[in-house]
Amino acid sequence: MQTAPQLVLLFVVLSDFAVLGTTRLTTCIRALAFQGLLLAALPLMLASHFSTHVVLLGLGTLVVKAFVLPRFLTWAIREAAVRREVEPLIGYVPSLLLGVLALGLGFAMSARLPLPAGREALLVPVSLTTVIIGLLVLTTRRKALTQVVGYLMLENGIFLFGLTQAESVPFLLELGVLLDVFVAVFIMGIVVFHINREFDSLDSARLTELQD
Amino acid sequence: MRLIAVCAFPLLAGLLLSGLPAARGPRVRSAWLVAVAGVHLGLVVTLWLAPADSALAGWLAADAPGLLVLTLTSVVFLATALYSVGYLQRERPRGGRLFVSGLLGFLGAASVVALSQHLAMLWVGIEATTLALAPLIFHRHDRRSLEAVWKYLVLSSVGIALALLGTFFLATAQAGVAGRPLVMADLVAHAGELHPAWVRAAFLFLLVGFGTKMGLAPMHTWKPDTYGEAPSLVAGLMAGALTSCAFLGVVRVTQVGMAAGQAAFMQPVLLGFGLLSLAVAAAFIVGQTDVKRLLAWSSVEHMGLLVLGLGLGGVGAWGTVLHMINNGLAKCWLFLVVGNVVLASGSSVAGANRGILRLLPASGILLVLGLFAVTGSPPFGLFISEFTILRAAIGGGHPWIAAATLALLAVIFVGMAVLILDVALGDPEPHAAKVPESAWLVAGPAALAAAVLLLGLYIPAPLRDVLERAAVALGGGAP
Repeated sequence: MQTAPQLVLLFVVLSDFAVLGTTRLTTCIRALAFQGLLLAALPLMLASHFSTHVVLLGLGTLVVKAFVLPRFLTWAIREAAVRREVEPLIGYVPSLLLGVLALGLGFAMSARLPLPAGREALLVPVSLTTVIIGLLVLTTRRKALTQVVGYLMLENGIFLFGLTQAESVPFLLELGVLLDVFVAVFIMGIVVFHINREFDSLDSARLTELQD
Repeated sequence: MRLIAVCAFPLLAGLLLSGLPAARGPRVRSAWLVAVAGVHLGLVVTLWLAPADSALAGWLAADAPGLLVLTLTSVVFLATALYSVGYLQRERPRGGRLFVSGLLGFLGAASVVALSQHLAMLWVGIEATTLALAPLIFHRHDRRSLEAVWKYLVLSSVGIALALLGTFFLATAQAGVAGRPLVMADLVAHAGELHPAWVRAAFLFLLVGFGTKMGLAPMHTWKPDTYGEAPSLVAGLMAGALTSCAFLGVVRVTQVGMAAGQAAFMQPVLLGFGLLSLAVAAAFIVGQTDVKRLLAWSSVEHMGLLVLGLGLGGVGAWGTVLHMINNGLAKCWLFLVVGNVVLASGSSVAGANRGILRLLPASGILLVLGLFAVTGSPPFGLFISEFTILRAAIGGGHPWIAAATLALLAVIFVGMAVLILDVALGDPEPHAAKVPESAWLVAGPAALAAAVLLLGLYIPAPLRDVLERAAVALGGGAP
């Protein structure tokens, strides 16, 4: 049982890199759904004892992060007839190199931030790495839809960090976090939809009319 | 009980309005808005007269900084509600009923932020204020409006996400320490035992996260676009109340950090963000041609002054809490007045709006007075609070910071005066005629102007007392 969560966390990092390296939008969303699946398994694996709270948290994460949100994004692609390429502002190879840098930064930061004993030590570096890579995707991809993917990765990283506090943060707040993801993407999705109608493209780089 | 009522009442009123089929006409809606705002302010006044017990197991309480933000929000909201009576007669914002429901949802969420003693609940409240106001920005169905909403949503969502991570960091700092998790009173009481590295990390993430919502440079880029495109009364609420709520988040983490003995780490960071915001605002205010964007840059400036005062500590903390109130009132006043200008001409660009003093006399006078108020001229309240912050810089042994701040404030004054005096005094277009001004559209900003003037001449004793307690909580004191 000691190594199983670590294996899952390793796969989380791999799915981060899959999003960075892929040329296709659908692969991005699949990697995100896979990451959601991994995140749903973690509360169950890390809990010291099973309780309805932990099971509900896992189930809620599974439904929202592995099914609903990826479906919603896929639906948005089809509905808005987005071209399937990712269209990064910087190339795929530099993106991956920056991803490696993010991984190093995540480990370096977590070395200076010691966790209290008894918590899975790998959670902090993986969480910080996912947060940084999420920000990277958010800032270096042109399409509004890929920016939503980046934002969701950012939220996933925060969720991972929240797992270190799962025993002390009340249930209500965890639910609030999931709800927050849902609402944010819901609203963003609507706006994405409007972006498509107004501009005939989902390219947020063309939103440059307002300048000083 | 009263604390729960203050938060729940506007939310319920908003829900009721969106569910009621009877609430069709704009008259019914604006009457509803004014009534709810009046009752809310009444409830808040009772909190000043007789302090309420904390509620929800200590999660809700009206401590000094919270009470100040709550009162500011309630006053600004009532002025905006009065204004909306005149506004909804002239304009039909998209969404109809939902426009008013969104405003009421904002009032409820902001009350939660102000009263919350639990930092996760405070975070939920700030998230809710974003969600309540975002749809209201998108009132015109065009590219510019869309771009503004997109920038606002992306940047403030990222900011709010980083603030959540900071909140988790603070919970980690508290691991193994006695007391309820993330409750302010317990965090401050056991601050000495918190893990210092996690407190520092939490401070940085919360400052950047909530700083994005405040519009501190360099996370301010959404601000001119959003304020420029949003309906003026929404921009007024954002600049007056929403930024103060986000600032309260920064105040909370500063309270914990000061108690934990991290002042030496936090102060240079706060000073850096403050000076950078002032410098960026000064650079963009000069040569600005759009009045609403000008006010947005002025808001960046004042957010900079707020964190500058926090960073200076001592009497600077007192100056900062007073400045938060003065800035909130003055910024909403100016946005509402500029709203009148936009209603008359359909644009906020200077070229389309010359000679406002002749065309809209009441709004014109309020606009010129507002220029002197927001730039910190006597006898307005902002003069006192800015002067106190400068005094803290000189008294605390930072003469260079005082000199730099003064120089930047002078540049900002000149930049703002050039544009606003041009709009007020310039020659109107030949075919422009005098526009009748509705009393509703003038009453709100005039009341706010009176309040800012009063705060410059005399600070009532109960307010003086609460200001001092807020400053002490931030590790400073009254001058």
